[in-house]
Amino acid sequence: MIEIKNLHKSYKMGSNSLHVLKGINFSVEEGELVAIMGSSGSGKSTLLNILGMLDEADSGEYTLDGVPIKNLNETKAANYRNKFLGFVFQSFNLINYKTAMENVALPLYYQRVARKEREKKALMYLERVGLKEWATHLPSELSGGQKQRVAIARAMAAEPKVLLADEPTGALDSKTSLEVMELIQKINDDGNTILIVTHEADIAQMCKRIVHLKDGVIVEDKKVKQVRASSYVQ
Amino acid sequence: MRQLFDSNTWQEIFQSISRNKVRTFLTMIGVFVGIYIYIGLSGASKGLDNGFEREFESVAMNSMFAWAQSTSIPYGGYKTGRQLQLKLSDVQTLQNRIPEIQYIAPRNARGVFGDTAATVVRGLKSGNYAIYGDYPVFTRIATKKIYDGGRFINDEDVEQSRKVCVIGERTQSELFEKDEDPIGGYIRLDNVYFQIVGVHKFTPGGGFESDGDIYIPFTTFKKLYNTGDDVSWLTIAAYDDADVVKVEEDVKTILKSIHRVDPKDERAFGSFNLGEIFNRIVGFANGLTFLSLIVGIATILAGVIGIGNILLISVKERTRELGVRRALGATPAEVRNQIIIESLFLTLLAGIIGVIVGALTLKGIDLATQGTDFPYTNPTVPIPYVIGALALMVVLGTLIGLIPAQRAVSIRPIDALREE
Repeated sequence: MIEIKNLHKSYKMGSNSLHVLKGINFSVEEGELVAIMGSSGSGKSTLLNILGMLDEADSGEYTLDGVPIKNLNETKAANYRNKFLGFVFQSFNLINYKTAMENVALPLYYQRVARKEREKKALMYLERVGLKEWATHLPSELSGGQKQRVAIARAMAAEPKVLLADEPTGALDSKTSLEVMELIQKINDDGNTILIVTHEADIAQMCKRIVHLKDGVIVEDKKVKQVRASSYVQ
Repeated sequence: MRQLFDSNTWQEIFQSISRNKVRTFLTMIGVFVGIYIYIGLSGASKGLDNGFEREFESVAMNSMFAWAQSTSIPYGGYKTGRQLQLKLSDVQTLQNRIPEIQYIAPRNARGVFGDTAATVVRGLKSGNYAIYGDYPVFTRIATKKIYDGGRFINDEDVEQSRKVCVIGERTQSELFEKDEDPIGGYIRLDNVYFQIVGVHKFTPGGGFESDGDIYIPFTTFKKLYNTGDDVSWLTIAAYDDADVVKVEEDVKTILKSIHRVDPKDERAFGSFNLGEIFNRIVGFANGLTFLSLIVGIATILAGVIGIGNILLISVKERTRELGVRRALGATPAEVRNQIIIESLFLTLLAGIIGVIVGALTLKGIDLATQGTDFPYTNPTVPIPYVIGALALMVVLGTLIGLIPAQRAVSIRPIDALREE
């Protein structure tokens, strides 16, 4: 699904250049649930941004579902993002004047799906994250866990090839984190490819594979035995 | 373009506008006030323009009056302070010497400038009215509306010194019963019987004339009051393309030479130039229209810039939202168009509300001033002006929308999302 070869990325900070990614080689199969771990500054967010086409690599190859991702202009990147990728952010990033349903329907709007169809699909995905009865509520009326579930429903609504989650539990307490991880595992069980950036070990343990990043290189890449989030719930 | 006609776009825009009511309201106020002032002012100046035109409609705009006064400089052996008198022969001389003159009507009057008005008697009723001795050409210069069934003095009346007269509305109502037809009836005018041939409708704005005036043929007047060839004053109309101010100068110069008056004597002959007065008023109205145009456009401009300003702030405020939209697959063009359409929509909506409220205000002022002396009639703003103003707003709204739109697009989604 994802193929990365010799990926480099550096940022210019004034006169200094900060070499963040120093040759990443990495691939993800369909249906995997991968945790990208690393301390702050290890380059894990940069990697996710490049995977999410929010940022471009300086050199190296990136192939997503057989499509080489290169020479992107903003319009092309937007179309690829819309077609291939779903995003889940640490701070949810719901649009605060739109209801839960409208938020979920937003990526479909950019896919030019008709309104009726959009709303039907949005409700369906809200139901899958267990928030159907909250469809008409504004984000301000939802709890943190509920917001993140709406965000996951929104990411899933466009039926992306890969779901990218940047610290999805970073702003949540441990109980809600477990609920969100349970949802993510469930979505993964349905065959969706998911990448999670996290620095919490227990969250990483709930994935099927852990990639350790340190100072811009992969230091460890191992398959783990998945811990089911539901096993924590009494 | 496709985006403009897409109902989804409009849903997005309506939502973004209606969920931020205060912002929308504040944004629109500037443009609303601008177009409101523009419509109000230009309508009002048009109303004044129409009002002045109504006041002057009975008189040819390029006409003038000339009359004799007394000399103020001794000349040709004559002492100063000599009383001058216009003569009938002056008419022909002026006509011959000044080609710009289209019509020239000598006029005699009694009961206008302080002298005693004629006593008019019919049966047991009587009254005092001003009497004018006229030539038919007078109606070429100042239109006299004659009621149905009657006529003005004609050439035969003058040639044969007929004892016929045209009376005013007031004279009619004072000397005749309500349902009586005055045409063909007789009145005694300073002890001479005259037959009534017409009743004239009084139009205000003609200066010293009134609704009681009686017009008789010039020649009859001459015999009745023994005025010989004397003329009280001349009413002169120049051709439409002639400069009436120059004609006025020429007339006075020639009159001075005929009557042996010092060419430098400014007080020997009096004149009054309607064209000049009218031009001044037209100039005033034009100035007002121009002023309203400038003020209106400036206010619209200020309003539109206000919209741009607030949208710029709103873009800043919505940076994260726009970043999320970009991450979810909004192309830069879609984001840009959305903001431009938002700007355009706000501008136009505010403009249309301004036009409607402005039109209602004009209507209100029109109703309030109807039937008063205030020179204010039918205050309208020509449709092309309104469309022009709206078009200006469309252009400005789009241009000003470009600034925040470009700002929105220039923020990279990754930076927008990172911003806390």
